[in-house]
Amino acid sequence: MARVFRPGNLKEALHFLDAERAAVLAGGTDFMLKAGRYPGAEFAVLSIGHLHELKRIAIDAANVLSLGAVCTLSEILESPLVPLFLKLPIAEIGSPAIRNAATAGGNVCNASPAGDVLPMLYALDATLVLKSHGDQHEMQIRDFIQGPGLIRIAAGQMLTEIRIPLRQTWRCTWRKVGGRRANSVSKTSFYALIDRTSRGLGDVRIALGAIAPTVVRSREAERIILDAYRGKPSQRCTEIIALYDALISPIDDSRSCRDYRRTVSLGLLENFLTEVMRI
Amino acid sequence: MDNAICFLLNNRSVTLQADPLRSLLDTLREDFGLTGAKKGCGEGECGACAVLVDGRLVNSCITPVIAVEGKTVFTIEGLRETPRFQELSRCFAQAGAVQCGFCTPGMVMAAEALLMRNSFPTEQDIRTALSGNLCRCTGYSAIVAAIMTAAKEGEGLWPASFDPGI
Ligand SMILES: Cc1cc2nc3c(=O)[nH]c(=O)nc-3n(C[C@H](O)[C@H](O)[C@H](O)COP(=O)(O)OP(=O)(O)OC[C@H]3O[C@@H](n4cnc5c(N)ncnc54)[C@H](O)[C@@H]3O)c2cc1C
Ligand code: FES
Ligand code: FES
Repeated sequence: MARVFRPGNLKEALHFLDAERAAVLAGGTDFMLKAGRYPGAEFAVLSIGHLHELKRIAIDAANVLSLGAVCTLSEILESPLVPLFLKLPIAEIGSPAIRNAATAGGNVCNASPAGDVLPMLYALDATLVLKSHGDQHEMQIRDFIQGPGLIRIAAGQMLTEIRIPLRQTWRCTWRKVGGRRANSVSKTSFYALIDRTSRGLGDVRIALGAIAPTVVRSREAERIILDAYRGKPSQRCTEIIALYDALISPIDDSRSCRDYRRTVSLGLLENFLTEVMRI
Repeated sequence: MDNAICFLLNNRSVTLQADPLRSLLDTLREDFGLTGAKKGCGEGECGACAVLVDGRLVNSCITPVIAVEGKTVFTIEGLRETPRFQELSRCFAQAGAVQCGFCTPGMVMAAEALLMRNSFPTEQDIRTALSGNLCRCTGYSAIVAAIMTAAKEGEGLWPASFDPGI
């Protein structure tokens, strides 16, 4: 039987992690399925879903939104502080019952290539606050996630906060392709942001999900797209799509196949470039 | 580590010694004899095991019992004692929304969770609220109609509220 510790506060939690190698349990929507595969296994578990200190949602003076690691997806959707470009992908995760339990931190630490919270965090250059007993680190999401289910977290460390630099002018495009409307794991997903003001296009960000071991984002390609939009050395759509084609490495699995994923992912990109960006 | 877990179950305070990772569903069905919540998939996909924890719908099959420490758990057995259940039950029967009945307790809990937050739901609100509940008999339209009727004819049973969603 697993030994489960339910700390009274964050300090106790970090103290426990310092003393013992333990699996962290947040909302349990991924954890319970994994734990079910090892019945009778002996391991230590730290349960953190109830910690109020990790449920804070706030925006600081530099316009950075911080989401406590155990905010549930429903709590994020209900918060007036969270902008629509973050809510749209979250509203399509799981079902109401899943969103009531699943946490943002759990989605990040699960590091699934199909995790639907991840593309927007890559696009927005989110950073993660990792705390341990007496220490604190901040890390870019792209450095934290190393591969499917693989994260760069040291013994004794826990994710406590997700920090997202906001811009009021961002407009997002989000497309999730799954088997059904609710409770489906993405076969592929597409998240893009544009910052278009009266002075023209300021910025563009594109993140592709479930199409490689980790989310695919290319700053170089984004620069080329900006140039194309501004009518500089005319890069055509096909060339931009070829750039992304070289970056993705979709796989065959029980949910979909390589060819389908590639075709749909690049199709969504093309649609964005021609219909939204009008390149 | 002391494995005593305390929570409020259908308005009654309970304490239990259990594996903290045991699912709330197994606990309800096997330790408390509350068999209204069903195990359809055991993986969070079907909603047959749905109950309310602190007023929110959750799938009890993937909820470790440690997660409800100090919280309120409300099941179909608790709801049955309320006038809101009478209304939902009457409307489900009238609409022919129950076939084999396996999904029904979860559907009714999902309806209760919706109506507590949004007592004037549109059809789309209802379909979204039920999106995590599968009915293998596929009687979805009748279930949606039953909840529409319950919201209309049961006006006043649920707090007047409107949840605009996102
Ligand atoms: C039916 C169903 C539908 C789903 N649909 C979707 C979907 O549409 N899109 C999607 O992206 N996901 C989906 N999921 C997966 C899952 O719900 C999400 O990944 C969720 O956000 C995980 O959060 P959690 O709090 O439940 O994590 P948990 O299960 O508690 O934890 C997940 C992992 O992260 C680790 N962890 C959690 N919190 C921390 C922390 N603070 N610090 C360090 N490590 C931590 C845990 O040890 C564990 O390995 C679905 C799951 C189910 C069962
Ligand atoms: S039995 Fe819990 S969701 Fe299917
Ligand atoms: S009535 Fe049979 S599963 Fe819904």
